[in-house]
This record gives sequence, structure tokens and C-alpha cells, in this order.
Amino acid sequence: MSLNKTDKERVKAFWSKVAGKADAIGAESLARLIVVYPQTKTYFAHWKDVSPNSPNVTKHGKTVMGGVANAVDKIDDLKGGLLELSELHAFTLRVDPANFKLLTHCILVVLAAQFPADFTPEVHVAMDKFLAAVARALAEKYR
Amino acid sequence: MVVWSEQERSIINSIFASLDYDDIGPKALCRCLIVYPWTQRYFGGFGNLYNAEAIQTNPNLAAHGIKVLHGLDRAVKNMDNIKATYAELSVMHSEKLHIDPDNFRLLADCLTIVIAAKMGSAFTPEIQATFQKFLAVVVSALGKQYH
Repeated sequence: MSLNKTDKERVKAFWSKVAGKADAIGAESLARLIVVYPQTKTYFAHWKDVSPNSPNVTKHGKTVMGGVANAVDKIDDLKGGLLELSELHAFTLRVDPANFKLLTHCILVVLAAQFPADFTPEVHVAMDKFLAAVARALAEKYR
Repeated sequence: MVVWSEQERSIINSIFASLDYDDIGPKALCRCLIVYPWTQRYFGGFGNLYNAEAIQTNPNLAAHGIKVLHGLDRAVKNMDNIKATYAELSVMHSEKLHIDPDNFRLLADCLTIVIAAKMGSAFTPEIQATFQKFLAVVVSALGKQYH
């Protein structure tokens, strides 16, 4: 289920429409992740305030979405382009890769809610494939 | 035993009370067939599913989407006993339709996204959590009688 030319074009075209709101999308996606899947809060035990609208969550959502934006740039070679991030996730963060799927779902929900006209089924499948490919690249160094 | 708070019951009832089945049903089913193309395997007799446009304009699929969405009505009316309510439907999906139960989850995810698109910012994280909890119970109940 690798990205073909049409997928990449769709991802880039859609991303250019939504990139301006990336920070807000990231914050909302992360907020939804911890509300809808409370077990993900275990990764943020070092924050005193893990409420959905807390400054930590907002800031971290921005960081994560920055990673997604970077991945759009590196779409032709995600494994190579995300090598450092993969090492970070594998050796330092050690986030269970199952959680990538949960965050992907939350990102898709936010995109649907904020861009209902643009988030067509065709864009949806391209973004889903893209985020799955990003997750695979992030998990590359795990074992 | 699934426990529902008053707020959760209210959220689910509210979503379904204002649901446009004729719009959301077809959208959710079509999105599932487009985003997860292997689900098309169950629709061999439905006519042209050749591309996204064909899927979205297929009248058989639209009618079926409405039917499937109405299938959730009984769960909404029997939230405290969804497993028993869907026992027969689960047997049917297993023994007559031969549907891989993972597909229920895929359709549930597409329905969530279609509802999010419809409700926009009104689809808050809390409402999303409740809606997904409801769908998870439905999905589990539908898969219960498979053996």
C-alpha cells in the first residue's frame, strides 16, 4: 500500500490548502487523542496539566504537526527523510507504534471537521495512506 | 457490561435525532469503499464500482448505505443491551454475508469522519469520544457471534 504518483499529488495539493492552519490542526488532533484514547496520556505523565486545552498539549500538537509538514516535503523518501525522527521515536520516546494509528485517525477527524468540502473521499484515502507511510517510516528503527 | 452516563446517552440520542440518514448513510458507505477498496469485495452485484465517481453515484450503494445506517437505530434505542439486540444480526453477518468483522471497524471510522465533516467544530473531542465508544460497542456486538 505504498504511495503512488496520484497519492503524492493529492497530499501535496491538499496540504498547501491546510498548511496555514497546521498549528491549530496539530493542537486539536493531540487534544482529541488524549480525550478519545485516554491511555495515550501515559506518554505525558511528566506534564502536570494534561488537559486538552493546556499549553503543553497545544505546543506539542504544533511540534507533531511540524513533523507531518516536514514529511510532506520528504514524501519521495520518507524512510531517509525521517531517519532522525525514527531514531528519536525508537530509542528515546519509544511510543508504541499502535498509537500512530490512533493519532492518524484523530488528524483525519480534524481535517474532515475543518475542511469538509476539501476532505473528499479521494483526499481522505491519499492522506490516510500518507500518514500510514509516515508511521511506518517512524517505526523503521524500532527493531 | 457497558455503562453509559446520562451525558453520553444524551449525546448519542442527539446525534441520531438530527441525523440526515439519506445523506450520511450513502456518504459513509461510499467513503468506506473508496478509502478501503478491499471492502468492495462484498458488493460484487451492486453494479459499477470502477472509480470514486462511479461509487459515489451508484444508486444501489446509496440505498444500501441508508439501510445500514438505519441498522444503528436499534442500538440507540437499546443502549444498555446492544450485545443481545444485535445477536441475530451478528449471526447473519457471519453466516450469511460472510463479512470479515474488521470491516465493521473500518465503516465505523468512515462514519465518524463523515459526521465530523457534517458537524464541524460542534463535533467536540468529548462528543467524538462518546460516539466512538457507541460505535465500538456496536462493532463488538456485531462480531460476537462469529466462530
